[in-house]
Amino acid sequence: MQKLLLLGDEAIAQGALDEGISGVYAYPGTPSTEITEYIQESKQAKEDKVRSLWSANEKTAMESAIGMSYAGKRALVCMKHVGLNVAADAFMNSSITGVNGGLVVLSADDPSMHSSQNEQDSRVYGKFAQIPTMEPSNQQEAYDMTRYAFEISEKFNTPVLIRITTRLAHSRAGVERKEKAKQNELRLPSDLKQYILLPAIARKQYNRLLGMQEAFRNEAVNSGHNRLIDAEDKSMGIIACGLAYNYLVENFENQKVPYPVLKISQYPVPVDKVREMYESVDQVLVLEDGYPVIEELLRGLLNRDQKVRGRLDGTIPRAGELNPTIVAKALGIGVEEGFEIPPLPGRPPVLCEGCSHWDSFYALNEVMEAYSKGRVFSDIGCYTLSALKPLESINSCVDMGASITMAIGATDAGLVPSVAAIGDSTFTHSGITGLLDAVNNRSPITVLIMDNSTTGMTGGQASSAYGKVDDIVKGVGVEEEHIRVVTPLRRLHEENVKVFEEELKYDGVSVIIARRECVQTLSRRMKEKARQKREAR
Amino acid sequence: MKKDIIISGVGGQGILTIATTIGTAALIEGLQLKQSEVHGMSQRGGDVQSHLRLSSNDIASDLIPEGKADLIISVEPLESLRYVNMLNKETGWLISSMNPFKNIGDYPELENVLNEIWKLPRYVTIDANRVAKDQGSIKAANIVVLGAAIPFLDLKYESLKKALEVMFSKKGQDMVTLNHKALRAGKEYAEERT
Repeated sequence: MQKLLLLGDEAIAQGALDEGISGVYAYPGTPSTEITEYIQESKQAKEDKVRSLWSANEKTAMESAIGMSYAGKRALVCMKHVGLNVAADAFMNSSITGVNGGLVVLSADDPSMHSSQNEQDSRVYGKFAQIPTMEPSNQQEAYDMTRYAFEISEKFNTPVLIRITTRLAHSRAGVERKEKAKQNELRLPSDLKQYILLPAIARKQYNRLLGMQEAFRNEAVNSGHNRLIDAEDKSMGIIACGLAYNYLVENFENQKVPYPVLKISQYPVPVDKVREMYESVDQVLVLEDGYPVIEELLRGLLNRDQKVRGRLDGTIPRAGELNPTIVAKALGIGVEEGFEIPPLPGRPPVLCEGCSHWDSFYALNEVMEAYSKGRVFSDIGCYTLSALKPLESINSCVDMGASITMAIGATDAGLVPSVAAIGDSTFTHSGITGLLDAVNNRSPITVLIMDNSTTGMTGGQASSAYGKVDDIVKGVGVEEEHIRVVTPLRRLHEENVKVFEEELKYDGVSVIIARRECVQTLSRRMKEKARQKREAR
Repeated sequence: MKKDIIISGVGGQGILTIATTIGTAALIEGLQLKQSEVHGMSQRGGDVQSHLRLSSNDIASDLIPEGKADLIISVEPLESLRYVNMLNKETGWLISSMNPFKNIGDYPELENVLNEIWKLPRYVTIDANRVAKDQGSIKAANIVVLGAAIPFLDLKYESLKKALEVMFSKKGQDMVTLNHKALRAGKEYAEERT
């Protein structure tokens, strides 16, 4: 078959489609978004009736995927690394229930935090849940390992985690497809109690999981995804995980490394192979594009092992993603130097010109001048950029939904009034339950829901909140006279400021819905309309 | 054949279009390629760059090592300087638009920015907006810059033209023609000056 030029994300999507998934479940999150988008736009997925609508959040996505697996069909669930925290309850317990149809969880990590709040390493979650974990090193492996992950998921009756990082997710290369597999038929688990995690059953199921560990370890040794490549020079051995392998071989002519290399792309860690190499070399350099997971295991609690080098002894910086230059330095190879960069001003991202958030925050900033600083709790989305100059409107961004709940805690502590600023998609992701807490608590907070009718930051995906925000707010129990809908426009500034002033003075929960469509999705819609018009002519 | 290229600019300026055009042309010529892109947060008016690697052999890393890029192609002059540490000191060329994108308060005097570029041993700077306008629309300024990089790309002009056809045919023949003209104008400008 002809090679396709695919992003790592798209290779995973194509692999899952070719392996016969019946559905993908996901909430958008950089760098994982393009997996689901690819499936949504795929002709093959449409023909095969693969379901692919966005879920409200990662937890609902994970649970829906578990449900599809229960019914015997294959399901893929995708998220960014911090999304796995949201889905963690369901994820951790899915390793206890086991699966029926193949279940693969994809978590895309973001070392160096290009678009994230932290750089947690999802391999730790794989170990935590005690399930097989894959870490592809290139786009072809991303395709192949996705297919393989479904295979072993059904073979061992376990969910399988795939961990990628930003560089692989957002880099293109040629990918060769293999023959397509059929979807599974509807087929319930042979034991209808398998998924009932009452203590008596859960204990039995947990013992089953513990009993499977040896099979998982053997599979990681024998699958061919962990390769020990021997070489003459035993002064050093190198363990290279996932993408780190590419950065390693980049530094040698014809990609030939003079030291023994253990390339790791499947976990649990293949201990026998690690031992074999460890015992044959003077030093071990561990290259991991994330946390020092294997390095820490090798060094042990007492850290007496001087043989192991990596992120913990300063050979490699403790934080941030790897690149060929960092790896060259760790190998003691001379690094080429380019030209010196002259002093340049930074260019941080900004809200788009004409974006409704400008007008929402201009109004908010004006009203907040009457109060002391530090009262605006915010959330995760484009509007988080209001933290930067010139707006400098907000004081927090912690996790999805935390704006409302942090405002509750702050007012409980006496910071009255407090404001929560949250987008429509984030509100239905994790804000609704917080708003319910606020209503029950009668918290003196004003919640500003900036409804641009899309999931903006990740590129304008459909928002679960679309057309539903007002009714949800009402349904949760906010008093109707304190639900105010405004249009954030420059010419309505004075009017909007007045609304903000009134609601901030109210001693209870008030919600201001600032509604105007995202300028990006608006312009896309207009272009599409023009195109249709052109074609109709 | 091996070319390591950094493409830079500000989010929204069309650097992915340049990368995809070169990538498509490379595929037409049967080359291997890896193309690392920026998605997500920085796309909102921040600095963005793409690493594009072409080779007749296997390519290992998605990222270009420091000091080894053959070419920087930039649609914005200030942004072209942000990556000069990546450029090969002995052989690397910098191709940049001279048109500033000023969405920051502390943007330096344009003359100072251009003077920094002109200190480099090998560069082409082009008033891409004007050249594109002369060809029909300022929208094609990014393709003008791509055209100016043609003498250093080791790809056939015909392959790049074909690539633009593949990419823009959906948007109508007018768009294909505009981009072809922009590509040629950029190429001719660079050829006259090197």
